[in-house]
Amino acid sequence: MANVPADLRYTREHEWAKGDGGRVRVGITAYAQEQLGDVVFVELPKTGAKVTRMQAFGVVESVKAVSDLFAPLDGTVAEVNETLRPTPELVNQDPYGKGWMIVIAPSQPAQLETLLTAKEYEELIAGGGH
Amino acid sequence: MSEPLRRTPLYAVHVAAGARMVPFGGWEMPVQYTGILEEHRTVRRAVGLFDVSHMGEFEVTGPDALATLQTLTTNDVAAVRVGQVQYSLFCDPTGGIVDDLTVYRLADDRFMLTVNASNIDTDWAWVTGHSRPGARWRNISAETALLAVQGPRAEALLAELTDADVKSLRYYHFAEGAVAGARALVSRTGYTGEDGFELYVAARDAERLWRVLLDGGRPAGIAPIGLGARDTLRLEMRYVLYGNDIDQTTNPLEAGLGWVVKPAKGDFIGREAIEKVRAAGIRRKLVGFEMAERAVPRHGYRITKDGHRIGVVTSGSYGPSVGRSIGVGYVETTHAAVGSELAVEVRGVPHAARVVKTPFHPSNVKKS
Repeated sequence: MANVPADLRYTREHEWAKGDGGRVRVGITAYAQEQLGDVVFVELPKTGAKVTRMQAFGVVESVKAVSDLFAPLDGTVAEVNETLRPTPELVNQDPYGKGWMIVIAPSQPAQLETLLTAKEYEELIAGGGH
Repeated sequence: MSEPLRRTPLYAVHVAAGARMVPFGGWEMPVQYTGILEEHRTVRRAVGLFDVSHMGEFEVTGPDALATLQTLTTNDVAAVRVGQVQYSLFCDPTGGIVDDLTVYRLADDRFMLTVNASNIDTDWAWVTGHSRPGARWRNISAETALLAVQGPRAEALLAELTDADVKSLRYYHFAEGAVAGARALVSRTGYTGEDGFELYVAARDAERLWRVLLDGGRPAGIAPIGLGARDTLRLEMRYVLYGNDIDQTTNPLEAGLGWVVKPAKGDFIGREAIEKVRAAGIRRKLVGFEMAERAVPRHGYRITKDGHRIGVVTSGSYGPSVGRSIGVGYVETTHAAVGSELAVEVRGVPHAARVVKTPFHPSNVKKS
């Protein structure tokens, strides 16, 4: 079973979100990167871009597949993980750490509490993911 | 397509090894065991073992076998000596490619053809429908397993396990012998750009031979390799894949396969149409290109120049040994020269690309 940290919140599309001093850090889960296989390219928005809850904010490409990245909540992109440009494999190696993707300055911070808990997300992936 | 997926004799072995199984051309096949990039590098640097038993094999024998093959295929079968292998094509009367294949000359009047898995049924109908009375066909696909041993350490590994003289076996030649006690046709061919062999064995011997090769290859760093790495390896060589880069809407000349079309040998199906294309000149050409950035080109993406559509991507991937995203596609011939600057539309946004010389990665096949 893939690693699902208890202190994070999750989307049904396999992103994780972590509250961090009023901002929210976002990446994809260990389960998602396992399903994708070797990540070779991550397309991310620019700092300052608006993101909308459950709308695509970027794309992750593995050798075999292309997958949209969905914003867990509304807001503005405050930071982008530029190290993924030269080293996209960090998404596979450390999905909850160095493989993070963006930091969102949320316009409605309470949306974080509406995301799946670790327990709910574990149940989702135990059932096959979708 | 509600037909159940077919399985090779090694299906259970792949599942037990933890392979991710996917549908491919009507077959349920391993796409990866540990990861495509790692498997790709294993083949380039050490040796990899592939189950390609989904490929089809036909045998044709008899006094009309050669004449039948001369009609069916574009290359000159008369030039193939016993013990030799030839790459060739079936074309239809319009010059469209029905399949690409290899022809093995087993004896003067006996040949084996290896065809693509997804085309076994159409090819079988095609060859038997165009056969002469003195040629007898046998579809031996189900009883035949095919294992590929590919990589710089393939020769040393195989030499330990067979009585066939693999060290002096030349590229596109084969020998018959025993591999770990199993009767095998050992062919110095492959789809990776590395030195290596393809072993045709009886389906019932496949599982034991698979294990013997993995055990024997352990000191050399052998690993099982899935179709994912098979695709990145072949793409770096610019080897075409039927259904992606060539099909019945493409002709051999635009696909860069004119070297296997031999009109001087006499008549064959598609000859007249292909010669017309040759005389008129091709309008589009299959080229290899590199992306300026990492965005991955994929089958069906548009190729543009100054905002105008000039072609289409037929295969693309990140090239693990190239270190860049690479692809092949058909472009108008005016944009096909090496160095030509193009764009590939990735999710609607043009990304810079440049036509490059191929293969993308140097070939290491045994050339003498």
